[in-house]
Amino acid sequence: MSSPVIAVIVLFISLGYFFVGIRVTSGLAPNGMRYQSRPHYSGLFAALLAFLPSSFLLIVLSIGDDLVFQQLALNFVPETVSTTEDYKEIIVLAQIENVVNGINFGEQPEWVYQAAEAWQGWLSTSSILKTGSVIGLCLVGGFYGFLKLGPDFRSRNAVERIILLILASSSAIAILTTIGIVFSVVFESLRFFALVPVKEFLFGLTWNPQFEGAERAGSGQMGIATYGSVPLFVGTLLISVVALSVAVPVGLFSAIYLSEYASSRVRSIIKPLLEMLAGVPTVVYGFFAALTVAPFIRSMGMTVGLDVASESALAAGLVMGIMIIPFVSSLSDDVINAVPQALRDAAYGLGSTKSEAIRKVVLPAALPGVVASVLLAVSRAVGETMIVVMAAGLAANLSFNPLDAVTTVTSQIVTILVGDQEFESAKTLSAFALALTLIVITLGLNFGSLQIVKKYREQYE
Amino acid sequence: MRAAVEIEPSNLPSFTVGEVYVDTPRMTTRNVNVFYGDKMAIENVTLDIAEKQVVSFIGPSGCGKSTFLRCLNRMNDTIANCRVEGEIKLDDQNIYDAHIDVVPLRARVGMVFQKPNPFPKSIYDNVAYGPRIHGLASSKEELDGIVEASLSRAGLWEEVASRLDQSGTGLSGGQQQRLCIARAIAVSPEVILMDEPCSALDPIATARIEELIFELREEFTIVMVTHSMQQAARISNRTAYFHLGRLVEVGETSTIFTNPKHELTNSYITGRFG
Repeated sequence: MSSPVIAVIVLFISLGYFFVGIRVTSGLAPNGMRYQSRPHYSGLFAALLAFLPSSFLLIVLSIGDDLVFQQLALNFVPETVSTTEDYKEIIVLAQIENVVNGINFGEQPEWVYQAAEAWQGWLSTSSILKTGSVIGLCLVGGFYGFLKLGPDFRSRNAVERIILLILASSSAIAILTTIGIVFSVVFESLRFFALVPVKEFLFGLTWNPQFEGAERAGSGQMGIATYGSVPLFVGTLLISVVALSVAVPVGLFSAIYLSEYASSRVRSIIKPLLEMLAGVPTVVYGFFAALTVAPFIRSMGMTVGLDVASESALAAGLVMGIMIIPFVSSLSDDVINAVPQALRDAAYGLGSTKSEAIRKVVLPAALPGVVASVLLAVSRAVGETMIVVMAAGLAANLSFNPLDAVTTVTSQIVTILVGDQEFESAKTLSAFALALTLIVITLGLNFGSLQIVKKYREQYE
Repeated sequence: MRAAVEIEPSNLPSFTVGEVYVDTPRMTTRNVNVFYGDKMAIENVTLDIAEKQVVSFIGPSGCGKSTFLRCLNRMNDTIANCRVEGEIKLDDQNIYDAHIDVVPLRARVGMVFQKPNPFPKSIYDNVAYGPRIHGLASSKEELDGIVEASLSRAGLWEEVASRLDQSGTGLSGGQQQRLCIARAIAVSPEVILMDEPCSALDPIATARIEELIFELREEFTIVMVTHSMQQAARISNRTAYFHLGRLVEVGETSTIFTNPKHELTNSYITGRFG
């Protein structure tokens, strides 16, 4: 039986236990005592005991069986093959699995067919075992729960504990995933730093990654790979600053307008429209930036006699700024609205004008939330890729001039990892080092601004 | 057991009984109507508020006393569908005139709210807020002086002198309310409106505020809404009884509580409803 079918069966058995549990514990117990918990908790207890362990087992078996088969299949590889120089387990396993799945690329050696045949056998055995063990566990678990149900049994408390367990493990998944991501990046980065010194990476002023093949081919001066990441971070900083200098004032002002001045009718129209900006795919912003804004800025620059690159940081930054306006405005609007009316009344009662009340009372009280919204915008700006790839170019110039073409960390990562790569080369690995540095910087930013907020916040409750 | 009293609108007087007018009025209101949308919240209220006295507004919940109070410094302007008719004068100037600016008006007619609402700023900044926005102090020393004087008059100086830089929201409820009073008197208003200033406080803090109001009436004209008849009796010179949006009776506090002229007032103060 396939896994989805088993899952459905488990679900039905659990439902069955649920209703049986309710049925049995409705009314009085055989000895005339009242049940401690209400019937649906009893049913839920039995159903959860049936459902949770068996579905966990199902997931483990479904993921785990392939790993076991792979180890078993490797036993079929003859020694003459496994000792050759360019022997790779992955390739051998792919050959076997292809045969198992009925995909044939020409004639394979005899041992591949043997392994595939054995694999088929394991598959059917495991299917039977899986079906038996999962459904069995489901039945046993539910029955165990069912047996425990008695007048004294506190199924309500037990269900609460199980729910707590489910909730806690959900948050654990998010945290573990984050840790996993960081570790995968860290290990690849370590491999990169074995090839390129940390000092060169962090402080080098030239970014010119090359595949080793290109280097060997010796295309003159350009062939020497250098991995100085400073131009990329300067480019990221430059574009983010341009974007934030658009998004923060515009977003904050529109938030103030929406929450303090606009009538509820206007607000109900404008707010969704603003939030729609966040729903436009970034690639659309990208060609808006590349095809509309960049040429416009360039021709503007020419009329005043400025030399503007056709792919300028300014164009990318402006459009990115527009993209992140809703992050600032929508969140800020919510936190400004959450400031108690009593504070506004107090300010008005002392003879404040509307803007005085907003500047001196409402905004300071809303500051932590406003900063949080700006932070969110910053991380969006730093992490944004598409607009930069399309509008700011890929030239790693070290420049603080927004009219120059620059590139950012994320767009370099994209260009490095797009297409064919050799995973041993410094060029590919440099993407992970860039990602690691980016993660560290964003973490630092978040931490720093949280400290600032803590220091200056005006707590109103 | 409270006996039910007929309180249909037909029972209401078409005019106010008692002493509506005084010799030395600071504020006068004539035929004031207030509407929330189509609903009439205040009907035809005429009342004088005497200089350097405490006037208490009493009456059952929803009788319009807070609404009327908030007309006196145009705080009702912040409510979108609220409309005020009639004439409310402060020193012979109609505060609802088109050319009147509410900002200086609210500096002259200060307000203290039901729930203490200090700004989430330091104690000093709370009191200094008003003088700063109105430019009342030309130097830091002068501002310090205003803050100290206001806190002293509110009876809070000794308790907070050593921690002026701490947040006003960290004070106890009664201290917060006295801070709000200090904040209101820091802009030297002529009239102070108080909307149930003690209803969120414990009895000891309430007694402290009542004492304070009693002292403040030497310098300020005070209009106070209260739910406590004892409070009105203890600290006010005059008392006004509101019922269903009308001003039923107004007069010397002693007269109102010992010898009310209107049957509704009598029912209310003897506790037959409210």
